[in-house]
Amino acid sequence: MTEPLLAIEGLTKSYPGVVANSDVTFEIGKGEVHALLGENGAGKSTLVKAIYGLIRPDAGHMLWRGQPYAPAAPQQARAAGVAMVFQHFSLFEALDVAENVALGMDNPPPIRTLAARIREVSNAYGLPLDPGRLVGDLSAGERQRVEITRCLLQDPHLLIMDEPTSVLTPQEVEILFRTLRQLRSEGRSILYISHKLEEIRALCENATVLRLGKVVGRCDPREKSARALAEMMVGTKLHQPERAAHKPGQVLLEVKALDLRAPSAFGTSLKEVSLQVQAGEILGIGGVAGNGQDELLGALSGELRTRPGAVSFKGATVGHFGPTARRALGLLCAPEERLGHAAAPDMSLTENALLTGAWREKLVKNGFINARRARAFAESIIKRFDVRTPGPHVAARALSGGNLQKFVIGREIMQRPEVLVVNQPTWGVDASAAAAIRQALMDLAQGGAAVVVISQDLDEILEVADTFAALNGGRLSAKRPVQGLTMEAIGLLLGGAEGDSDAAA
Amino acid sequence: MLRLEKRPQPSKFWNWATPVLAVVLTMIAGGLLFMALGKDPFAAIKMIFWDPLFSPQFAAYSRPQLLVKAGPLILIAVGLAVGFRAGIWNIGAEGQYIIGALCGAAVALWFWPAPGWYIFPLMVLAGAFGGWAWAMIPAILKTRFNTNEILVSLLLVYVAEKILAAMSVGRMRNPDGAGFPGSRNISQYPAASNQELIANTGMHWGVVAAFIAVIFTYIMLHRHILGFQVQLAGQAPRAARFAGVAPARLIVLCLGFSGAMAGLAGMFEVSGPARMISIDFNSYYGFTAIIVAFLGRLHPVGIVLAGLLMALTYIGGELAQFMLGLPSAAIQVFQGMLLFFLLAVDVLSNYRIRLSVREAV
Amino acid sequence: MDFSSINPVVLMAALMVAATPILLAAIGELVVEKAGVLNLGVEGMMITGAVVGFAVAVTTRNPYLGMLAAMGGGAAMSLVFGILTQLLKANQVASGLALTLFGLGFSALVGQGYVGISPPRTAKLNFGFLSDLPVIGPILFRHDPMVYASIAIVAGVWYWLNYTRGGRILRAVGENHDAAHALGYRVLRVRMLAIMFGGACAGMGGAYLSLIRVPQWTEGMTAGAGWIALALVVFASWRPWRALLGAYLFGGIVVLQLNLQAAGFRIPVEYLAMSPYLITILVLVIMSSGRARKSLAAPGSLTKPFHAAG
Repeated sequence: MTEPLLAIEGLTKSYPGVVANSDVTFEIGKGEVHALLGENGAGKSTLVKAIYGLIRPDAGHMLWRGQPYAPAAPQQARAAGVAMVFQHFSLFEALDVAENVALGMDNPPPIRTLAARIREVSNAYGLPLDPGRLVGDLSAGERQRVEITRCLLQDPHLLIMDEPTSVLTPQEVEILFRTLRQLRSEGRSILYISHKLEEIRALCENATVLRLGKVVGRCDPREKSARALAEMMVGTKLHQPERAAHKPGQVLLEVKALDLRAPSAFGTSLKEVSLQVQAGEILGIGGVAGNGQDELLGALSGELRTRPGAVSFKGATVGHFGPTARRALGLLCAPEERLGHAAAPDMSLTENALLTGAWREKLVKNGFINARRARAFAESIIKRFDVRTPGPHVAARALSGGNLQKFVIGREIMQRPEVLVVNQPTWGVDASAAAAIRQALMDLAQGGAAVVVISQDLDEILEVADTFAALNGGRLSAKRPVQGLTMEAIGLLLGGAEGDSDAAA
Repeated sequence: MLRLEKRPQPSKFWNWATPVLAVVLTMIAGGLLFMALGKDPFAAIKMIFWDPLFSPQFAAYSRPQLLVKAGPLILIAVGLAVGFRAGIWNIGAEGQYIIGALCGAAVALWFWPAPGWYIFPLMVLAGAFGGWAWAMIPAILKTRFNTNEILVSLLLVYVAEKILAAMSVGRMRNPDGAGFPGSRNISQYPAASNQELIANTGMHWGVVAAFIAVIFTYIMLHRHILGFQVQLAGQAPRAARFAGVAPARLIVLCLGFSGAMAGLAGMFEVSGPARMISIDFNSYYGFTAIIVAFLGRLHPVGIVLAGLLMALTYIGGELAQFMLGLPSAAIQVFQGMLLFFLLAVDVLSNYRIRLSVREAV
Repeated sequence: MDFSSINPVVLMAALMVAATPILLAAIGELVVEKAGVLNLGVEGMMITGAVVGFAVAVTTRNPYLGMLAAMGGGAAMSLVFGILTQLLKANQVASGLALTLFGLGFSALVGQGYVGISPPRTAKLNFGFLSDLPVIGPILFRHDPMVYASIAIVAGVWYWLNYTRGGRILRAVGENHDAAHALGYRVLRVRMLAIMFGGACAGMGGAYLSLIRVPQWTEGMTAGAGWIALALVVFASWRPWRALLGAYLFGGIVVLQLNLQAAGFRIPVEYLAMSPYLITILVLVIMSSGRARKSLAAPGSLTKPFHAAG
């Protein structure tokens, strides 16, 4: 065997209270697509940050082509030939594509020369880009192209990709994979980080599995089943959420021809969105990030007011109601962003319980807060949803993502909603918490509530939803039953094609 | 190497210890400053912080002054604290103070020299209304046009100062005053004067109002849902909107409340300690109250303590000016430093300072 | 009332002088805000510059040394702000206010001995035949060097922000500090430098007031100029040339107002004197409302504190 491109030996990094990486050892060969597999919080991000020079490991060392490698800053990593595509893009919305690319390079040519190079390289790899456009106006898929092009212009030997497909439609994923295979054929190595097992099986020839910061397994993913990989990753047998088939009931939530101007400059306006959800139904709304998910949630929660008739709850128009009035009726929501939107980071869990539960749970009387009741409500959420925390006095920001998400979803479910709308209910949450949250949503629907799950994770939608609709550019497709829906059909819907006729689009 | 490490949650201990630490640091730095000015630092610090209260020579005069000075500071700071908690920055309290005083004085001068029990209450209403109305300008501009309330409220201070100047040489000038600028002496007009309630304590209606405001604000902030919403809006504006807090309502409420408090303070001042409207009637209480609000950790009880301390620096400063020839600006510097140190040591409540020893690489 | 005493040429010439202090302060603050930091202490830095510049100029009999010292004084004040907000993560609004309150006191303390003194004169430049041109000559070509320096700074900032790598990095830091950090840029260092540049500019603006425009030292002489400079940055939508335009428009208002006062216009002096503040508010309202808002390219990370994990 030839010398590996990058060898990592005994790498350890700890943060106060957590060991993010413990004695991690693995190798990446030249021209190899190597998967780094693990749940959220398994330590993948910390590891790649060390490789990219963003953090310094506490112990262990790395070898780059046999030579000691310890980048103190990303510039050094880039100089060695390491490039990285970030999960949350490292892009600047108010700057144009060429400027963004230039910022990611250490010795960029003059902007005009660079613009020509961007066109050339992005076309050569099948990711065409217009260098003069503002990044803020680009779709998520296009933004990723900017990141990848930025990396490719530096002729990297190792390309790190952190969860690259989480923002892509299935068709865009295909394009990306074609590009990655082309890169491999040129002899470049790719470190591919994901928790999506099918992708890894389709793309990678080697996988290192991380769990709680430790390497727990190595394999050739093409020889393993997705289930076996998942069990390596999670460490236990996965509990599959279960539920009975849904029996349609009364229409609880109806949206009719909802038009909504985006409140922010780079937001997405909603255009003629219509939907109906019945009692006992879970409607899954799929779509790539930035296609109007936040705006749709805002319009349903009452944070963004609409024309009265645009939203109705059990036949009564509520579009002009604010969040408090809608909650009083039984229309509850849980937004995507946990810290700062669904919960106040510096406030205690008791106060965060008060945040949406104040009136429905009678935590407030004549405007005065009943501290004991609020505390008891927070405690009951913690207990029923198995939120791991010392107690309700703890600040929300001290909780892990999964635990806070359980608290946030639990807070709404405990208020016995008749309609519950959730956006990205399991984003950045570990598998067991995700399973618990999905199960709770299904139980809620089973109990006769209507549930809307807005999610960018198609697997999640296929798992929990009865019906599916796609959000694209602020428009919502007609809903169809999930049963019998193929990934390909979903991909076309997400791409904005309504019927099967224009499959070429 | 020193490194900051964010605490999982803010430290309760440091939250209250930082103001004390800031005061101590300011005393040290202030002492150095006084030394640089050629004064004995220990004598100066003692004169500022100790003598006004306990020196047999000065205490009889100084002690009542404590409440006289602390009253308006506390009244204004309590109003400001509510807004600051919500992330609404009314820094134009000085202007609202002036307008409140003008409105209160206008009522008094209108009725002069008629007797009537209703005159003083009317002045109170007018003062509160004046401050409220002046604060409504930034509030409405903010809610209607999204105009920055910091800049507007501050710029309006200069406008209010010009109005004050125009009034004291114009419409409000004392017709019997031989042409000198300044209005009639309101504190000598029985129906309108804000008298000392208990002799030799400095207690006047403004102090009473300040303590009512403190209690009211305490209940509002710590027991009522409104206080929760204020806090939420300040810490996480998006979460506040999600919780059903209407930002516009909150802006109008917070600016209006702080404006009314500042207006009241101005009105009590003009009818009492300041005696009349004059060009230099205002004395930067509106700005010093910002320091008081922060020093009191935006907490009503803390503000009472901070207000008393700041009043002490005013009185002690005057004393030191008189006895030691310490320039009056030195006290202003001292107060400014206090805010600096407070902001600096505040880092301790949210971060841990770690001494990280880097192993040999 | 006598309007004939208002000479449009003199008025236009005075406009540039009246605009220069706030232009200097505004262009500095513009760079600070482009880096994602809001320093509300402009007033405090200006007045510090005014007194430090004055004191040094009087002592050395050299106005340019005074200007340099003022830049140093402003930068030193801004360094305090930088340490508070960047290293100690203090609230930017409160720290800016602290700077202003401290600066007012500090300047009064330092300036005690300088009240009523005249500073050394700053010579006006002579551009030969250009200065002799009728109308245009007195308006454009007979000013002190600082007027031209301020325009040069605006041009320099404009070029630097838009066409150099350093400017691009600064804008990137102001737009999204997390992304800039991920790419390996030193967010805090960039911001500290920007803050100090802003301080130096504000200090220079203050010294221009005390050394050239007034020229004298009086307590509290900036009288809100720093706040108006802050408003000017909003008016300019964070674009350098628009800051210049705004400053000159504003200078025009100030000068006209002063001329009306001198001409004995029938409105009381105090009401004329409040017009610059009222007009500033009006401009803020127009700039921040409705359609104009979209073009307001406020930097994405403005006022957000940055703390790198790890």
